[in-house]
Amino acid sequence: MSESRLAPGWAALKASGRTALIPYLTAGYPTPATSAAALRSAAEVADVLEVGVPFSDPLADGPTIQRSSFEALRQGMTLAGTLDLIARAELTPPVVIFSYLNPILQYGVERFLRAAEELRIGGLILTDLPAGGDPELESAVQQSGIDLIRLVAPTTRADRLRHVLAGAQGFVYLVARLGVTGARSALDFDLGESVQRVRQATSLPVAVGFGISTPEQARTVGRMADGVVVGSALVDILGRDGVAAARRFLGSLREALDLRDR
Amino acid sequence: MPIAQSPDQAELGRFGPYGGRYVPETLVAALDDLAALYDTAREDPTFWSELEHLLVEFVGRPSPLSEAPRFSELVGARVVLKREDLNHTGAHKINNTVGQALLALRMGKRRIIAETGAGQHGVATATVCARFGLECVVYMGAEDLRRQRLNAYRMELLGATVIPVESGTRTLKDATNEALRDWVTNVPSTHYIIGSVVGPDPFPRMVRDFQAVIGREAREQMLARYGGLPHTVVACVGGGSNAMGIFSGFLNDPGVRLVGVEAAGEGLASGHHSATLTAGTPGVLHGSLSYLLQNADGQVAPAHSISAGLDYPGVGPEHSQLRDSGRVIYSTATDAEAIEAFQALCRLEGIIPALETAHAFAWVRRSAGRWVGSDTVLVCLSGRGDKDVAHVADLLGNPA
Repeated sequence: MSESRLAPGWAALKASGRTALIPYLTAGYPTPATSAAALRSAAEVADVLEVGVPFSDPLADGPTIQRSSFEALRQGMTLAGTLDLIARAELTPPVVIFSYLNPILQYGVERFLRAAEELRIGGLILTDLPAGGDPELESAVQQSGIDLIRLVAPTTRADRLRHVLAGAQGFVYLVARLGVTGARSALDFDLGESVQRVRQATSLPVAVGFGISTPEQARTVGRMADGVVVGSALVDILGRDGVAAARRFLGSLREALDLRDR
Repeated sequence: MPIAQSPDQAELGRFGPYGGRYVPETLVAALDDLAALYDTAREDPTFWSELEHLLVEFVGRPSPLSEAPRFSELVGARVVLKREDLNHTGAHKINNTVGQALLALRMGKRRIIAETGAGQHGVATATVCARFGLECVVYMGAEDLRRQRLNAYRMELLGATVIPVESGTRTLKDATNEALRDWVTNVPSTHYIIGSVVGPDPFPRMVRDFQAVIGREAREQMLARYGGLPHTVVACVGGGSNAMGIFSGFLNDPGVRLVGVEAAGEGLASGHHSATLTAGTPGVLHGSLSYLLQNADGQVAPAHSISAGLDYPGVGPEHSQLRDSGRVIYSTATDAEAIEAFQALCRLEGIIPALETAHAFAWVRRSAGRWVGSDTVLVCLSGRGDKDVAHVADLLGNPA
């Protein structure tokens, strides 16, 4: 197992007492060309960038990510295209690829890991591969230079949490609430407890996602967690108002996260 | 009574390399609970006697075995029908919904969700929910709703809420996605009654066990009436629950040939079909690894069939294993062949079959001349076709 590409960034954040901003964007949305510009623009304020591979049957996603995925696919985006996009965008912060399993299975797991290695991809999140779902595949990722990032849900019980975290790398992605991805008006008030529960079981940083859509929410979550993932709200703004508006939104999130420390 | 299964297989939920549990982390606890509950229920004679009672009193089992003398003459073999169309609600689907509703009651879950294609599973789910006083929400593709208006209305009459699904291809695949999204959101209060031998473990083995009553009865009825087993058993395959149900009774009879018939739609070469086992490759959809219609990038390809119940790009993982092992032969029938067989069965036997089921008859018909007159062909008549009458009238140019 090689050194985590995500670890140095987390160490620096910790040293400066800052919370990581982790924007999610669907590869190829709203258009292949704009997608590269959106990624570069997000990279200016991101500590980690999550790039979503569009899939025809995104069963863990709400309406926004479904729409962005279908739009990207309609314009010909693929897993190979996503890797190419990441290469062309020349992004500074580490990239985490967010994908359903099937595109990677069809591309070939070994081939994917080699390509991701070449791009110095930081981590991989597999939406529909829970811990223990395919031990051979999980171990191939864990032994590569790409971190296998594990999701923890509100329904993950204590005995299972230990098992999930045993193979976790990079950081832990805590799903803030039951349900699919998408902007929410209110956050789960048990979130602090959930973060604590994960912290007690791992020394890895904890990032929280699913439903965070405003600077206020980001600030609230940022007080408890090491990182904040913002996806649907960002994708909505990008699709509706373009790259500059998305960049302004991320700027407001960045400010909200940094404010809490002053 | 459950089907014998090796413990390691039960634990992993695998059929050879197929099956498994490819779901978001949020659902893992619910699947663990369901598998544990089912494993307990499997060994509990009280559970099976409760189920048996409902199957007799409410569903109307055992379903009869019928001769089909005129269709037999047409194809040159003795064709015998396992009459799942005579079950309450008109199809085999209710065998499974009764079983899963009992499990939901044991779990204390009062809200039920389901996906449906042709609407038969939706109706069967709405029916058991009404019977047990459970809340029922059924997801149905907008395109399927158009084809199966009558079934959607039946569900509403039974007190269910039918939610049209407008995303993706607006058919069964997308209805299943939407049902899974609902489940991820409402999992503490909700049980998802999957309608076929698909989905994450334990669904494929559980639904098979509930449908196995078809094969168990049919085998006993064959032996009692004819003193022997059939030469061939034929069933249509979409997700594959009626086929798994009838095949499971004969898997250990090496002399019995098993044939699954998939929908070839407008022809395999046209690309507009649902012949997953015939033309697909292994991939992950809806929680399990199985054969799948997909492109080189791993995106699921839109399926097509004249029958909404077969219009699905995936198939149950156990069928994938049976395909690879060669124990079951998988063949296809086109839309046109299915319509022809549909009409033949109407006119020759006085039975209006579901368009799904018509695919099985189309295969038997196409094999005419290859039979010896004494060969007995057992066909799973999985459902009745009342729901399809308006659609067929449109297709044949006789607007009803």
